[in-house]
Amino acid sequence: MRSIFYVISGLMVMGLAYWAYNENYTTQASLKEVRTLHRQIGAAHERLNILEAEWAYLNRPDRLRDLAELNFDRLGLLPLMPDAFGRIEQVAYPSGIVFDIENSVEVSSNNASTQDSGTNQ
Amino acid sequence: MIRTPLRPLARILKARAQGQNPDAIEAENIRLRHEDDRDRARLRAEGRLLVMGVAFFCAFLVIGARMGSLAGSVPEEPTAQAAGSPIVGQRADIVDRNGRVLATNLDTHSLYAQIPDMVDPAKAARDLAAIFPELEESELLEDFTGERRFLWIRREISPEQMQAVHDIGDPGLLFGPREMRLYPNGSVAAHILGGATYGREGVNSAEVIGVAGVEKYFDDFLRDPANEGAPLALSIDLTVQAASERVLQGGMMLMSAKGASSVLMDVHTGEIISMVSLPDFDPNNRPRVLIEGDQSDSPLFNRAVQGVYELGSVFKIFATAQAMELGLVNANTMIDTQGPLQWGRFRIRDFHDYGATLSVTDVIVKSSNIGTARIAMMIGAERQREFLGSLGFLEHTPVEMVEAPTGRPLLPPNWSEISTMTISYGHGLSSSPVHLAAAYSSVLNGGFRVQPTLELQNGPQHGERVVSDAVSTAARQMLRAVVDHGTASFGDVDGYEVGGKTGTADKPRPTGGYYDDRTIATFASVFPANDPQYVLIVTLDEPSVEALGEQRRTAGWTAVPVAAEMIRRVAPLLGMRPDVETLTPTGVTLTSN
Repeated sequence: MRSIFYVISGLMVMGLAYWAYNENYTTQASLKEVRTLHRQIGAAHERLNILEAEWAYLNRPDRLRDLAELNFDRLGLLPLMPDAFGRIEQVAYPSGIVFDIENSVEVSSNNASTQDSGTNQ
Repeated sequence: MIRTPLRPLARILKARAQGQNPDAIEAENIRLRHEDDRDRARLRAEGRLLVMGVAFFCAFLVIGARMGSLAGSVPEEPTAQAAGSPIVGQRADIVDRNGRVLATNLDTHSLYAQIPDMVDPAKAARDLAAIFPELEESELLEDFTGERRFLWIRREISPEQMQAVHDIGDPGLLFGPREMRLYPNGSVAAHILGGATYGREGVNSAEVIGVAGVEKYFDDFLRDPANEGAPLALSIDLTVQAASERVLQGGMMLMSAKGASSVLMDVHTGEIISMVSLPDFDPNNRPRVLIEGDQSDSPLFNRAVQGVYELGSVFKIFATAQAMELGLVNANTMIDTQGPLQWGRFRIRDFHDYGATLSVTDVIVKSSNIGTARIAMMIGAERQREFLGSLGFLEHTPVEMVEAPTGRPLLPPNWSEISTMTISYGHGLSSSPVHLAAAYSSVLNGGFRVQPTLELQNGPQHGERVVSDAVSTAARQMLRAVVDHGTASFGDVDGYEVGGKTGTADKPRPTGGYYDDRTIATFASVFPANDPQYVLIVTLDEPSVEALGEQRRTAGWTAVPVAAEMIRRVAPLLGMRPDVETLTPTGVTLTSN
């Protein structure tokens, strides 16, 4: 009885030792991955920061104003003035879309037979 | 174990035979047995003590070794924790109220030389001078061949320049990473932002510290790693700020003024939406502080916060509002305006003679100094001082800029009766345009005191009450009348119901007295007058314009048209739709017979 207990204990110690060894290596692998990810996040942050700075620089009011003036022929942009505001009454009621009438009688299943034959083949 | 019996029969019998007491044998045996037990127990206890000692020794040894290793090793970040954003810029961004970037960081490199490692100093000096035009080849060569071992060449270089330096290929030329403060909008909001520079510098990094404006005021916040890079949100609106600068720049040129400033403030929250001071500068390349001459001529000088001026008649509304609040007058009370008003050796005159009496509203509309002085005499010095104090005119503005304490108002040393009279129409008390904006907001927003602020707020400030709601409404109606048919008739903007008050003050000479031909023209306006949203202060320094065959220097001809144009430009940007009259309804149209 006692010897069985010793053997089991010994096996358990060996098992635990193997588990600890394994965990150690998994942890180290995870830490390595975390370091890589941190580096990647850092690089992404840096890139994002540069892109944001560039975006802000390209959208600076002076430049946009100059561009609007340069491209006035094409875009016709003017500073927003009070007369740019309208009233809802000033918007014309949309006229209904008028379709061209090709055949006086249109059947919704006009093309159905050809489609069916297409799928059956 | 064999136990010796206590009374061994052989010895007992022998002792009995010899007539001895057999109990002595038993006692002797008991004694021996006890001694034996004692020795054994002692041995065991000693063994246990030894084991305990060894265990404690081992424990202390382990703890000691661990402490030694902790003390002796280099501290290391706990890499096992992956929470939080690991890498953020060392200085937080500054953004406007809509989140657009006003200041950010850019990664660049600095260039330095380890002179003992240099291979060919002459070639390096020649090539560096070719890459950086501002460097002198002879000076570089002198540094490279002299006693020095280390030399900073450039603090910031662009990637192209870095590549060119790489191509020189000298092992003594080295690069260090640098974070550079970048203001992508150039000179827009330059005075508010201030600027930044390097603090302590090392090869591997350098501190970026604010030198002026909000950059310096919020230096600790911006550099606090606990914020994890959260940006600082200002109350400024970038679009409005840029439009205001553009309009004011144009106005300053048209009116041939030497300087100009404007403050646009939300009347309920005290947020400064735009604050312009011209001439301005580029914070990316901040000019040096003037060494000689008047600091107020430097582009670094923020006229809106630091510049304290006698702002003139714009103060009249405060005397009137206070008199109405105290119940001394109402809008229709007739005031004696017979001029000139003699007080000791002083004489108070009006621009024109407005007749014997004017109503309080007309005193404001026609801007009568005599009338305002008489109202101020009813109020008295003590109450006037207290009221102006409650509007913030007795101390510097609490705006979040390091320059704010330098904009301390200039008060009369002795607040006498004549001071009371002159202050009522804006002479004898110098204050900054931001003071004026905050005071106008406080009086006109329904009567709650607001503190000017540059930080984004999330609701109106509910300060102490300075005037009642009725007085606030009456004051707004008076200001509306000034624009409608008074001195500021150029200030009317269709649909925005502008109310305002002009102020033209002669500039004081440094030697005493006042200039005849130099003025500070101010227009303080509120719009819309029936439901106030914003207060706009426009100040022009020494304006003059030729109009109707005359040289005009008064605010009505100079500051007012500029302010009107500014309102026309910024009000739509602030999302305010003009309140125009209802369209005439379209009549019934006959479409068919």
